[in-house]
Amino acid sequence: MADQTLPIPGSLTATPSRGAAFLEWLHGWVVTVDHKKLGILYVVYAIFFLLVAGAEALAMRIQLAIPNNHFLSPEFYNEMFTMHGTTMVFLVGMPILFGFANYLVPLMIGARDMAFPRLNAFSFWLTAFGGLMLYFSFIGGFGLYGMGSAPDVGWWAYAPLTAKAFSPGHNTDYWALSLIVMGFGTLGTAINIIATILSMRCRGMTLFRMPLFAWLMLVVSGMTLITITPLTAAQIMLLIDRYLGGHFFDTQAGGSAVVWMHFFWIFGHPEVYVLVLPAFAIANEIIPVFSRKAIFGYPAMVAASIGIAFVSLTVWAHHMFTVGMTSVGNAFFALSTMMVGIPTGIKIFNWVATMWGGKIRFATPMLFATAFVLQFLAAGLTGIMLSVAPWDWQLHNSYFVIAHFHYVLVGAIVFCIFAAIYYWYPKATGHMLSEKLGKWHFWLFLIGFHVTFDTMHFVGILGMPRSIYTYEADRGWNTLNMIISMGGMFQAVAVLIFAWNLVDSYLHGKEAGNDPWDAWTLEWSTPSPPPAYNFATDPEVRSRRPLWDIKHPNDPDWKYEQ
Amino acid sequence: MQPSRSLSSSRFRPCFAFSLCLGAVPALAEGAQSTPSILAPASTPAHEIYGLSLFVLLITGSIFAVVAGLLAYVVVRFRARGPDAEHEPPQIYGSIRVELAWTVIPVLIVVVLFLTTARIIFAIQDAPEPKSALEVTVIGHQFWWEFRYPKFNIVTANELHIPASTLLAPEPTYLRLLSADVDHSFWVPQLAGKTDLIPNHPNEMWLDPHEPGLYVGQCAQFCGIEHAKMLIRVYVDTPQQFDAWAKNQQRLAVHDSTAAAGKQVFETQACVNCHTIVGTPAHGTFGPDLTHLMSRATIAAGAAANTPDNLRAWIHDPGTFKPGAQMPAMQLSDQQTDEVVAYLSTLH
Repeated sequence: MADQTLPIPGSLTATPSRGAAFLEWLHGWVVTVDHKKLGILYVVYAIFFLLVAGAEALAMRIQLAIPNNHFLSPEFYNEMFTMHGTTMVFLVGMPILFGFANYLVPLMIGARDMAFPRLNAFSFWLTAFGGLMLYFSFIGGFGLYGMGSAPDVGWWAYAPLTAKAFSPGHNTDYWALSLIVMGFGTLGTAINIIATILSMRCRGMTLFRMPLFAWLMLVVSGMTLITITPLTAAQIMLLIDRYLGGHFFDTQAGGSAVVWMHFFWIFGHPEVYVLVLPAFAIANEIIPVFSRKAIFGYPAMVAASIGIAFVSLTVWAHHMFTVGMTSVGNAFFALSTMMVGIPTGIKIFNWVATMWGGKIRFATPMLFATAFVLQFLAAGLTGIMLSVAPWDWQLHNSYFVIAHFHYVLVGAIVFCIFAAIYYWYPKATGHMLSEKLGKWHFWLFLIGFHVTFDTMHFVGILGMPRSIYTYEADRGWNTLNMIISMGGMFQAVAVLIFAWNLVDSYLHGKEAGNDPWDAWTLEWSTPSPPPAYNFATDPEVRSRRPLWDIKHPNDPDWKYEQ
Repeated sequence: MQPSRSLSSSRFRPCFAFSLCLGAVPALAEGAQSTPSILAPASTPAHEIYGLSLFVLLITGSIFAVVAGLLAYVVVRFRARGPDAEHEPPQIYGSIRVELAWTVIPVLIVVVLFLTTARIIFAIQDAPEPKSALEVTVIGHQFWWEFRYPKFNIVTANELHIPASTLLAPEPTYLRLLSADVDHSFWVPQLAGKTDLIPNHPNEMWLDPHEPGLYVGQCAQFCGIEHAKMLIRVYVDTPQQFDAWAKNQQRLAVHDSTAAAGKQVFETQACVNCHTIVGTPAHGTFGPDLTHLMSRATIAAGAAANTPDNLRAWIHDPGTFKPGAQMPAMQLSDQQTDEVVAYLSTLH
């Protein structure tokens, strides 16, 4: 169960040359089944693709900075937004959050590894190869000439645009196949996390003494099992349509375009929560530690998470208010969508209440987490606006929607990812990230984020639809688009500072010690970085904050918790 | 030309200042135009949505102000500072009463929001079609719009003409939405919300614009390479204008003997496979009907103004305005191109 990496036979007998030592190091990473190394692999892989997809976004923003621009061809622009969306969801969001889960869940629940270490490695490599296959489409597909033929049907890939008749060539196949491959990787990880949490907790750690991080990962993994399945099924049906003469989505032969939408969004909407709940999980750890208070309303937070999970499975057709559902159908999905706001509101209130009466230290992780609360509040409220079906008939597929979901995906999730990296990087590497660069990163990114995505709401209200490679000069969108593009540049600079910080602090960063933040969960009781076996002796806990109990022996949590 | 007038005449006058800061600032910066803004409703469905949206904005805005205000207060008030910063603050684990309060209040807000939303959904979607309504069939193509008026036996493209509907003589337009290939979405923000055109899944929507004028919009569902250049122009005519327009559209194509050479080229080349010119052997249906091409202000679904130069460039190579358009470059000689342009220019 511990790290099963073995040195290459023979390498122990003599001092290896530099090249051999490098190969051995590399070999160690490739064959590893250690949850911490796999977690780091996930995170590094995701950060690499974050830079790639960010570059794609910048290319789009340069194209849209002025009307009737010719920076990108229409074809290439369509490939850019398809790849940007697919990459950010499947190669950045899912892997990085599962990376954190991999790294942290066993440490937090006092286990020495995941329940199935080999499945864990298998899942990671499926995800990795799925991503590489997706990007191979740039040079694969029709062959090595021109711009290749990356998928260009949008990350939602509505039928029948994906049919052979409208998408000849192989780019759509690359899209479908790589998502299937990555989907299996994701399912493996989800099963692994569930098994780990249910069966590997240390002594004394009842479910209701788990850190909220572990709770949320349990909920997310359960949701993943439910939501990835229809996506995989739909991809297989699509491939049957394209190669075996099926007619599921082939409208020319009586198939249904709307069925694809249902399949896609019964995956796609819960997917948003699969991405955002881990962000909540991160905030649930960081906000209390930096406010110096226990999380407010732990049972309510658990209940709200489970509530979000259930309600989020009933809201998918709010992506389909414009496809001509009945009025009763529209009303139902408006109501179910609004209801998600209730448990989500509870979470926001609990975070504010946790900070209330605390002594808040604004180190970089807390800066990101605080901005997250504000931005998630705004994202939730624009979500309520979009749930108002008649208003959605106007706002659907406009830049308002783009603004709304980037507020969730960037303003909430990416901010939490950054918070998490600043918070746990010392644990994983033994070095602190530079606070100075961290603050530059935070403020530049915050400004860039708001310049870009606040403005997008307005251009959407002014009627600019999404997925267009250019626009007419007389629509009143010119100034706003220029502003949006400028904001993108700010974000790019901030992310480069962040990337530099990661590398520079690894080499020259301050020593972290075991517990640089004076935190309370079990991972901070281990050395930084933790040894392969995590804990020298099996820990035993009596409350939700075992390290608080140790640090305050006269006033431990277990006296108060119910 | 529409927004200021329709805004000030709307029944939401008190909100004018508010919408001004939202929408009109950039519009002013770039000169008054016909606008695709949803803040300038000019037809009942768009008006109802606009009213609802202001109500929802008021509620969500208040929630934002309260919660963001609380957060700001907490950030300022409870920031660690001073010599006391080392001591841990009192630990509070939660309160069921407080949790209940911030569960029940949002539930009440959701009830209110849902009831108002449902009322507008039913008011717009289930509005009965009056006898006086004009019916138009809209067919989405990659990357242009076909408009058919079954009652008038008119077929046209990209520029929809409908009559203004007044309180005294209501004449709403009901659009039946079909697709010839992939999903599209019909969106003219000033007139109504969008509705998708989905193959095998006929949809319907309605508009009743009160003010004559030009209203712009575009396809709002990604439909392939030239989705961005699938623009819509809706001309709302006075009843007299509309009758004159309809009468002209119903005629056979103009027969002008000075353009006989171009007609000859058109009819002996592949043009006729895709285009219809009523009264001639051209019966194709893949491309826009050209019978009254000169009655339209734009070509290529709004991608270019309808001028002889643009027509020439388009026939020479549609990729000039719209790389990826379905029409092939026609490979005509310069002389043939000129003749065809001369012929098309007679089709009033």
